[in-house]
Amino acid sequence: MEVPILKQGLYLIASIQSALTDADLSALREALIERVGKYRARGVIVDVTALDVMDSFAVRTLRDIAHMARLRGAETVIVGIQPEVAFAMVQLGLTLKGVSTALDLEEGLAYLDRQGQERLERVRGRVTRG
Amino acid sequence: MAEELLVPITSDVDVVSARQKGRELAAEAGFSSGDQTVIAAAISEIARNILMYAKRGEIALRTVMNGDLDGVIIVARDQGPGIPDVARALQDGYSTSGGLGLGLPGARRLMDDFDVVSIPGKGTTVTMKKWRRRHA
Ligand SMILES: Nc1ncnc2c1ncn2[C@@H]1O[C@H](COP(=O)(O)OP(=O)(O)OP(=O)(O)O)[C@@H](O)[C@H]1O
Ligand SMILES: [Mg+2]
Repeated sequence: MEVPILKQGLYLIASIQSALTDADLSALREALIERVGKYRARGVIVDVTALDVMDSFAVRTLRDIAHMARLRGAETVIVGIQPEVAFAMVQLGLTLKGVSTALDLEEGLAYLDRQGQERLERVRGRVTRG
Repeated sequence: MAEELLVPITSDVDVVSARQKGRELAAEAGFSSGDQTVIAAAISEIARNILMYAKRGEIALRTVMNGDLDGVIIVARDQGPGIPDVARALQDGYSTSGGLGLGLPGARRLMDDFDVVSIPGKGTTVTMKKWRRRHA
């Protein structure tokens, strides 16, 4: 089951549509990292609303995606973790340390916009000071 | 009701189908959707361990009644290398594969009963159960 990746401005949005196998998750990781470079994306959103379970492999892969994307200059936000999925994750001891999360796609986009704005302001600050 | 569902585990697709079958069975047994997710997550970890360490195995799923309790019983069996030190494997963070080492201890936390029998060179059997009180 391939995960569709949409390009929206400077962002890439991967919307998981159904349960994923380990191979599907790894393929998603590869596709996202490749496209961050190809489209010079500044943000990545992975929508996991449709995921019925987040186990250790899924969490590890999402963490890898976020860390690799950051190394390529893009910020990642995981959106749509369902309450029951979150409960099971906590019991398993799984965390998304160092990875940004948001309630849903809208919040995720707003988060990335804010991040982009801050980045811009930092650059402007340097220019006027310099 | 006492019927057993057997899911062979030989590829990552089977991990997904085992946890989906577990979820369906839990739903039939009246578990809340939160508990269904918990059971599915535990199955996912144990099924992946079979695949990763033993290459193949099977997961048997069934429902049981015990007094005023309804339960699901999940038995995961493989004829893989076995676990030399089960107590250690059940500790958070212990992994021989560079993993998070959370699969076994995490599944144990998710379920009510959890038992590992492993004989090095012969294989591993993980039995886990989840119970719920039947409402009259
Ligand atoms: N079915 C099995 N056969 C043989 N060894 C096993 C089996 N299941 C678990 N083990 C051993 O127990 C260890 C702990 O398993 P556990 O699932 O907790 O962590 P992990 O698989 O290493 O990492 P992860 O957090 O990704 O699951 C494994 O590293 C492995 O050595
Ligand atoms: Mg494991």
